[in-house]
Amino acid sequence: MVKDQHLIDKNNPVISIKGLRKSFGNLEVLRGVDLEVYKGENLVVLGRSGTGKSVLIKVISGLLLPDQGEVNVLGQEIAELKNRELMELRLKVGFSFQNSALYDSMTVRKNLEFPLVRNSRGLKRSQINNEVESVLDAVGLLQTIEQMPSELSGGQRKRIGIARTLILRPEIMLYDEPTAGLDPITCIEINHLINEVQEKYKTTSIIITHDLTCAKETGDRIAMLLDGQFAIQGTFDEVFASDDLRVQSFYNYNFTQ
Amino acid sequence: MDPNAENPNIPPQKYLISKKVDDFFFTIYHIYQFILRFFRELFLPPYEFKEIIHQCYEVGVNSLPLISLTGFITGVVFTSQSRPSLANFGATSWIPSLVSIAIVRALAPLVTALIAAGKVGSNMGAELGSMKVTEQIDAMEVSATNPFKYLVVSRVLATTLMIPILVMYTAFVALLGSFLNVHSNEQTSFVMFFSQVFDTLSFLDLFSSSFKSTVFGFTIGIVGCYCGYNSTKGTEGVGKAANSAVVAAMFLIFVEEIVIVSIVNAFR
Repeated sequence: MVKDQHLIDKNNPVISIKGLRKSFGNLEVLRGVDLEVYKGENLVVLGRSGTGKSVLIKVISGLLLPDQGEVNVLGQEIAELKNRELMELRLKVGFSFQNSALYDSMTVRKNLEFPLVRNSRGLKRSQINNEVESVLDAVGLLQTIEQMPSELSGGQRKRIGIARTLILRPEIMLYDEPTAGLDPITCIEINHLINEVQEKYKTTSIIITHDLTCAKETGDRIAMLLDGQFAIQGTFDEVFASDDLRVQSFYNYNFTQ
Repeated sequence: MDPNAENPNIPPQKYLISKKVDDFFFTIYHIYQFILRFFRELFLPPYEFKEIIHQCYEVGVNSLPLISLTGFITGVVFTSQSRPSLANFGATSWIPSLVSIAIVRALAPLVTALIAAGKVGSNMGAELGSMKVTEQIDAMEVSATNPFKYLVVSRVLATTLMIPILVMYTAFVALLGSFLNVHSNEQTSFVMFFSQVFDTLSFLDLFSSSFKSTVFGFTIGIVGCYCGYNSTKGTEGVGKAANSAVVAAMFLIFVEEIVIVSIVNAFR
């Protein structure tokens, strides 16, 4: 799939991170991370499991607070935001979870309505229904609207999770391992969906993965997280042309499996 | 031995006293913070009326069959067990007074609270624990919903409001069971039985029973939610959350019973 690079505004970073450090107990996961993500860009963060990729996007969404450093999202410093301001920012930052995190006591319709009803009070029932059906249609799963999450496949759950995030029309999408645990065909479908979302909803995205096919298909730029810092950033080809042995071993391991 | 000792990348953890003692005091501190947060969120808008009503239904209506059965059996058994001892003194006519005091002052609040701790408390622990480990609580938070207010405040409020109502209902059903037993043995009429019941009870009995039930309800809700909301370690953590919710709530209910009875007796 050929992506339209004109969507990216390189003069306008919507996420800017400087010197980010985050520890859990005595274990320092992020050790001075610097990163800029530009408007309209799909940035893929690659790295081995346990290197702090998910921690990074949880800090960006305000689920975790940084120990040190600056995390600026859409012009707002995350650590300085009051609760209400953080809530307002979260309306603009969508988060697609690794395990979809669908509310398992609600139908697909209720799952999608939940964020909409709570954040757009005063909407008429017909408007809510239209919105729900529109995003479900966008992810190609309109027929599942009355089903429970337990009745869906892994790929369908991922799509519904993305749809639930899209319903608030976020400016930024954070994808945590969008293709983890899926078969190759479903992985390709999810990669296409991520690109479609970028194109249709004009989102800026950070995609956390260790799936190189996903990285190649979806990433306008790749950043590789090694030992708590970004070792290298660039296009897919630039990153894997690097002489860094750690980057090479990551590439070789993935493509020889 | 420090669990991190095998990993050279992680420096050994330092403790103020020892791991167990530190953990105990940190847990106490976290519970204190959890309760403070409940009261803070309780009075701040937006108010989750729909969810509160839903939870009241879950706690109240869905507990009715079990509460009815237990209350009725408690009344019948307590009456039939008391009769032989009272009969020795020729005092079977005192059964309604004895039963009313026992049921209203102690049995109804305790039995209802213990059953609710087992049924409602474990359900809350497991439900919130499962939501926590599957990141559903985080999903709520990133979709700009306050999960504490939606999940915790509504549930704690529901138990606090519904347990006193369930206690009144249990007391009525238990007294009904007692009446049927008395009626079948002594042919006492319904009016006579209940007039003796109400003559025996004082305002302090009814007030202390209601107050106690409210405290029990708050305890069941806050303990169930705390255990679930802070559960970790996957499915094992969910099981532990449900188990801890029941055990801790039951223990606290007995402690509160002793404390409240001692205070109320000081006013008699």
